[in-house]
Amino acid sequence: MTELLRVDGVTKAYPGVVANSDVSFSISEGEVHALLGENGAGKSTLVKMIYGLVRPDSGSMTFRGQPYHPAKPAEARRLGVAMVFQHFSLFEALDVAENVALGMESPPPMRELAGRIRAVSEEYGLPLDPTRMVGDLSAGERQRVEIIRCLLQDPKLLIMDEPTSVLTPQEVEILFRTLRQLSAEGTAILYISHKLEEIRALCDEATILRRGKVVATCTPRDRTAREMAELMVGAALTPPQRHPGEKGEVALGLSDLSVDSPIPFGTSLKGVSFTVAKGEVLGIAGVAGNGQDELLLALSGELRVAPDKLRIASAPAGDLGPAERRKAGLVAAPEDRYGHAAAPDMSLVENAFLTAGVRRGLVKRGFIDWAATRAFAEEVIAEYDVRTPGPDVAARALSGGNLQKFLIGRELNQSPSVIVINQPTWGVDAAAAAAIRQAILDRAAGGAAVVVISQDLDELLEVSDSFAVLNEGRLTKPRPVLGLTMDEIGLMMGGAHGMEVAHHAG
Amino acid sequence: MLRLEKRPNPSRFWLYATPAVAVALTMFVGGLLFALMGKNPFEVIRTIFWDPVFGEFAFYLRGQLLVKAGPLILIAIGLALGFRAGIWNIGAEGQYIMGAICGAAVGLAVFPTENRLIFPVMIVAGAFGGWAWAMIPAILKTRFNTNEILVSLMLVYVAETILAKAATGFLKNPEGMGFPGSRNFSSFPAARNSYIVESLGLHWGGVAALATAVLAYILLTRHIAGFQIKLAGQAPRAARFHGVSPARLVVMCMGISGALAGLAGLFEVAGPAGQISIDFNTGYGFTAIIVAFLGRLNPLGIVLAGILMALTYVGGEMAATNLGLPSAAIQVFQGMLLFFLLAVDVLTNYRFRLGAGAARAAGVK
Repeated sequence: MTELLRVDGVTKAYPGVVANSDVSFSISEGEVHALLGENGAGKSTLVKMIYGLVRPDSGSMTFRGQPYHPAKPAEARRLGVAMVFQHFSLFEALDVAENVALGMESPPPMRELAGRIRAVSEEYGLPLDPTRMVGDLSAGERQRVEIIRCLLQDPKLLIMDEPTSVLTPQEVEILFRTLRQLSAEGTAILYISHKLEEIRALCDEATILRRGKVVATCTPRDRTAREMAELMVGAALTPPQRHPGEKGEVALGLSDLSVDSPIPFGTSLKGVSFTVAKGEVLGIAGVAGNGQDELLLALSGELRVAPDKLRIASAPAGDLGPAERRKAGLVAAPEDRYGHAAAPDMSLVENAFLTAGVRRGLVKRGFIDWAATRAFAEEVIAEYDVRTPGPDVAARALSGGNLQKFLIGRELNQSPSVIVINQPTWGVDAAAAAAIRQAILDRAAGGAAVVVISQDLDELLEVSDSFAVLNEGRLTKPRPVLGLTMDEIGLMMGGAHGMEVAHHAG
Repeated sequence: MLRLEKRPNPSRFWLYATPAVAVALTMFVGGLLFALMGKNPFEVIRTIFWDPVFGEFAFYLRGQLLVKAGPLILIAIGLALGFRAGIWNIGAEGQYIMGAICGAAVGLAVFPTENRLIFPVMIVAGAFGGWAWAMIPAILKTRFNTNEILVSLMLVYVAETILAKAATGFLKNPEGMGFPGSRNFSSFPAARNSYIVESLGLHWGGVAALATAVLAYILLTRHIAGFQIKLAGQAPRAARFHGVSPARLVVMCMGISGALAGLAGLFEVAGPAGQISIDFNTGYGFTAIIVAFLGRLNPLGIVLAGILMALTYVGGEMAATNLGLPSAAIQVFQGMLLFFLLAVDVLTNYRFRLGAGAARAAGVK
């Protein structure tokens, strides 16, 4: 195969961090090439340089045999490089064709463009009606708009940044079929992900980055996911240990809980019911924006409901606020760490007090026992291996993974009877993620009832005993994880879009 | 090209250096302003900052310092608690007026009875007047989500109208030969806010200001309510997650700042001012906003800032009478102080970086 793109010794430094150091790799025509690495390994910086968003400090690139140094994305697009970003840049109030036209240098007349969109979408098995409003589309359909926008430019190289994070399993299948077809026609694909099974299923070659450097290249089909994860992390990984125990009595119960979303354009919860027993881990999956944030708020007590809609150890608790629920034994860890779970400008000691004041007895007659609070913060830092110069640094100075370890440790070390966590390992590197999952499982083994809300299916299947899906504010009936197939999960996740997904999957 | 970059940790050095740099810059630019007006800048600066403490009339002016600083400190501490929580009470001037009217009315109602309880009851009434006036924007905010900045500010003008009515109508001195203004408390010993140490200008208001500073410091550093105030200001969602009710916090902070402003008004009307008059209020409630920020919203810093600001008042008056400087120039001078303070304050959380390449990368990120 002829070489399409060669990256040679590229280096890019930002103040205080070298994002890419002497990175080299090459892609042939029609190759599906994976760029693999933990958060912060330098994947995004590398593709931004290829797409002309960032200029390298040193090193060179060659594209189709010519020296390649795009000054801006428009230049990269002209030469045949297209990119689908993880976060879409679409206008909800415009229709599909208008959105596509906005991304083009010289768009053809609307009628002609709509025809071309239909043609491309049929050719590549990505059904999309050009006259629909983007605001009415699902996340998967929005991604198709972005992909078709790229395909209309007839690209030689298509860059995809974490494309599957917003998709249901069936939608992932559709996407992969499209990508394989493109590859067969000679389009190279640079595929960024940290989902190893996907990469094994799709990619021909993989370049693994760690701390800005290329540490390995491999052929994903010949390696196990475990081997690639260890290359990515640079250390041996131990999968979480399950301690299957007896299920105890019900510790948390929701019955027909409905509540309006306080978030603009949020999703209201509609008749959510489930119970979690002592020692049980309930995993709640779902594509982002289907009520996960609202469910966390309703469980933590920031959103109040009628008393008997939510029971902690069979006592009505729906009308209790966050502090009172903590007193009753329920701790919660929200998804957003900078501003919700923690105050970014406050020290770790102050952030330790933020939730632990009640259960650790850090308040005496209204006055805060700072010495005891500091001891608690130091205990969490030591026990959960939080890398920080000390407990007095501001929370925002910690990396996402380190702060998350601190915040999860803060909740778990309050000897809670019910634990609710939204996105426990989002943006956390693999080693820290494994440690966090292990800590959650240990608490469950110790008799706590745990609810884990996550968009990472692998994570949920790893830690959960029972599994449910949140879709447009409704929760499916929880089912035992044992014996659950990927197809069944996909159907649970499909929900309102189930018909369409089933149609194309069949 | 210069570029601002967020510091990973707030700078301790700039946290404390900011007020000093702001004062220096104000002196410099203020000096330029005075020079443009044809005055000798060094003489003006010396008159404002040096003479009141060490000059010829310092024995009298030193006392004036605390008289002016007392109400500024008292009001600024209350405002600072709210500002820390992100609750912007701009109407302390109105609460100050209402506190004075309520407290004075209680005292004047029982004139000329002599009873030791009269002054303490007046203090309570003064605090109540300010508190009640602050409750109007607080309740409108919690019930109807109105903007407390606008409502509290507009209520200042309502309070000024009520003050005029009090001075010319319901609190007018019946023996005042028809002149506007209430009876003078200097001739009503049981209701008078008398000096404790006359040479220092220390009256009960000054004592209250210093005691409040200590109490507020303890509240902010040790008490859970202080923690919640800071948390709500820095991370409102984290505060709700902690379990703070935003409505309760608004009512608490507006209430405290209103009550303290009312107290300041009562101590002023029963002491240095002596009576309710049409022009009783002299802008302490607005100047206290500058004092609160100059003192870094820290109660102990506010004590120092209040004294510094009193210095510009006392020194400014000196400069006006001795050097013929217009009083508006002094207000510009005080305004500059806040302006420079807020400008230099950026350095606490940000630092300057040189370099065009880095700026480009940040621009597209």
